[in-house]
Amino acid sequence: MMAAGANVLAVDGLSVAFRTRAGTVAALDRVSFTVGKGETLALVGESGSGKSVTAYALLGLLDAAGRVTGGSASFEGDDLLRASPRELASIRGRRVGMIFQNPRAALNPIRPIGRQIADVLRRHAGLGPRAAKAAAVEKLREVGIPDPARRAAAYPFELSGGMCQRVMIAIAVAASPALLIADEPTTGLDVTTQAVAMDIMARLAAENGMGTILITHDLALAAERSQRIAVMHAGHIVEDAPTAELLAHPRHPYTRGLLAATPTAAGTLDDLHSVPGGLPDLRRADLPPCRYAERCERRVPGCDDPLAWRELTPGHLVACWNPA
Amino acid sequence: MEHPPLLDVAELCKRFPIGRRSWRKGTPAPMVHAVDDVSLVVQRGETLGLVGESGCGKSTLARLLARLSDATEGSIRFAGRELTELPASKFARDPDRARIQIVFQDAGESINPRFTAYDAIADALHHLKGFSGSALRAQVDEAAELCGLPLALWERFPHQLSGGQRARVGIARAIALRPELLILDEPTAALDVSVQVTILKLLERLKTQLGISYIFVSHDLNVVRLLCDRVVVMYLGRIVEVGPAQAVFDAPLHPYTRGLVAAVPRLDGVRSATPRLSGDPRSPIDPDPNACRFHGRCPIGTDRCTAAMPALRSFPDRREVACHFAVEG
Repeated sequence: MMAAGANVLAVDGLSVAFRTRAGTVAALDRVSFTVGKGETLALVGESGSGKSVTAYALLGLLDAAGRVTGGSASFEGDDLLRASPRELASIRGRRVGMIFQNPRAALNPIRPIGRQIADVLRRHAGLGPRAAKAAAVEKLREVGIPDPARRAAAYPFELSGGMCQRVMIAIAVAASPALLIADEPTTGLDVTTQAVAMDIMARLAAENGMGTILITHDLALAAERSQRIAVMHAGHIVEDAPTAELLAHPRHPYTRGLLAATPTAAGTLDDLHSVPGGLPDLRRADLPPCRYAERCERRVPGCDDPLAWRELTPGHLVACWNPA
Repeated sequence: MEHPPLLDVAELCKRFPIGRRSWRKGTPAPMVHAVDDVSLVVQRGETLGLVGESGCGKSTLARLLARLSDATEGSIRFAGRELTELPASKFARDPDRARIQIVFQDAGESINPRFTAYDAIADALHHLKGFSGSALRAQVDEAAELCGLPLALWERFPHQLSGGQRARVGIARAIALRPELLILDEPTAALDVSVQVTILKLLERLKTQLGISYIFVSHDLNVVRLLCDRVVVMYLGRIVEVGPAQAVFDAPLHPYTRGLVAAVPRLDGVRSATPRLSGDPRSPIDPDPNACRFHGRCPIGTDRCTAAMPALRSFPDRREVACHFAVEG
C-alpha cells in the first residue's frame, strides 16, 4: 500500500535469542515489517509474544543476555542492528523516539520534568540552556499540560499517571523524530486519558510525517489507532495486514482466536471464546516450525513444513499453511 | 415489594486526613473525600458493577464494603445487620467475615508469597471456619475443583503459577468460605484477553452454581457490561449514575458517563462523535460541597452547577442520575 522508498523503517528477518541458565530462548524468529511515513503500525499479541523485545532490539536496548542473531532494520539509510553503540546513542531520542511502559518508572524521579525535556532538546536539538528551558515549556503546552510554566518545575511524583504519560510523549517527540516506538503507551491509564494521549500522538504523526510503532495488547485500541496491524505470537509475526482488512477478514487462526476473545460493546459472554492452550516454551529444541501449531484447530499435515509468509491478497501476509 | 436486599448501603462517606492539624491556628486538617454520600443496594444473586476512572473512589468503596476499612459516616446493612458499628479490626474475627469476601486486583501481589496454592486456600477455611485435617483437605479440594485448579498446582508458590492460575487461586480462596457477597476488585485487569475470557466464564458459572452476589469493580466497561446486571458510575467519590448495565452503556444520561463510554476504543474502529473529556478531575481535597464535582470538565455545565450539588434523580427503567440537565433519552 505504501510506495517503496516511503518507508521510514524496514525490518527484515529480525531474530533475537536470550541465553538463560535453562537454555537458549528463541524470542524472535525472522520478524519482518515496514513502517511508512506518517503511518501507524500496531504490533499486537499476548504478553510474551515478543512485542517489546522487538522494540528493544531495534533500539539496541536488549539486556545483556539478549543477542540479535540475524536480520536487518533499515532506517533512513542506516541499519539499526549494525549501528555502533555510539551511533545508536545519537539515533535514540533524536531520530527515533521511544515511549516506555509505565511512565512513572521511566521518568527520572529526582529531576523536574521541564529539565528532563530540556535535556533532550540540548542533547539532540542543539539548543542552549535558556532556549531549551523555554522550548520545554512549549513542549509541555503542546501535549496539553495545563499551566506548563509552573508544571515544568514539578517532579514526576507530583503528577498523575496521565500527566506523566504526556510528559513521556513530550520527551519522546521533543526532537521531532522520524519514528516513534510506543510500548503499551496507555496501559494503566483510564480510557478518557488514553484517548487524549492517543490524540496527541496522532496529531504529531500527522504534522511531522512521523511513523509510529504502537505496541499494545488491546486489539480495539489498535483497530482505532493504526493503519496496519501485525499480530505476533511466540516471536513470530503471524499476520500482517491493513487494519480494516485484518479485522474484516482475519486469516490466521490465532488472529481469529484473539478477536473471538476480545469483549466488544455488543454480544454476550457466550459469544467470547478463549484461545486454547498457552505459548509454547521457547527454550525447546524441538519447537515446531509453526509455533501456533500445538494450539491450532486448523492444523494440517503441511504444518510441519518450514514456516512461510505468504501474501494472500495484496498487502495481506499470513504465516499459515491452512488459512481461514 | 422486592425481597430485602442483601446489602443496603446508605450515605456512606470515607475521608482521609492529609497532613496535620495546624496547632497554632487550630484549623482542621485538610481531608481527601474519597467516598462521599454513597447509597446503593445489592439484591441477592445480583451482580453490581462499579466503574469510574482511577481515583474516583471505587477501590476505597470496595474496601469499605468488604469491611477492610472503617467508614467515616454512614451505614452498611448486610442481611439486616448493621456492620459499621463493628470496627474492621473486630470484624476480622466475626462470624459474618466469611459471608463477605473479596478478590483482589493482582493475586500475585495479594497472596502470601510463602504460601502454596493449597495454603492460600486453606488458611481462611482454617481460621474462620475452624476446619482442620481431612475435613480441611476436602474443603480445599472442593474449592479448587470449582475453580478449575488441578491437583498438580497445589504445592506451587504464587511465583510458580501463571497469571490465570493465580487468579483462580485468588477466587478459590474467597469462594471456599461460601460467601454470600463477593467483591471483585479488577480481577482480570492483569490478564491477557484470552485468559480473561476463561476467568469471566468461571465467575459467571460460580455465581449461578453457588448463588453468590457480586460487586464487580472495573475500569473496563466492556467487561462490566458482560458480567453485570446493574452498574454504578462514580466520579470523584460520588455516584453520578446508576442503572441496568446495558441501558446505561447504550444510552448514558450523565455527561460524564457519555464521555466515558465514548472513550472506549471499539473493535470496528468507529470513533464516537462525542467530544473528548479533556482535562483531569479536580482535587478530591476538601471539595466545594455546593458544586457538582464534574463541573469544569463537563461539556454542558452552567453556573447552576457551581451553586448546587445535583442529587441523584430517578428516571424510568430503574435509573438514577445526578445531573441538573439530565433528560430522558
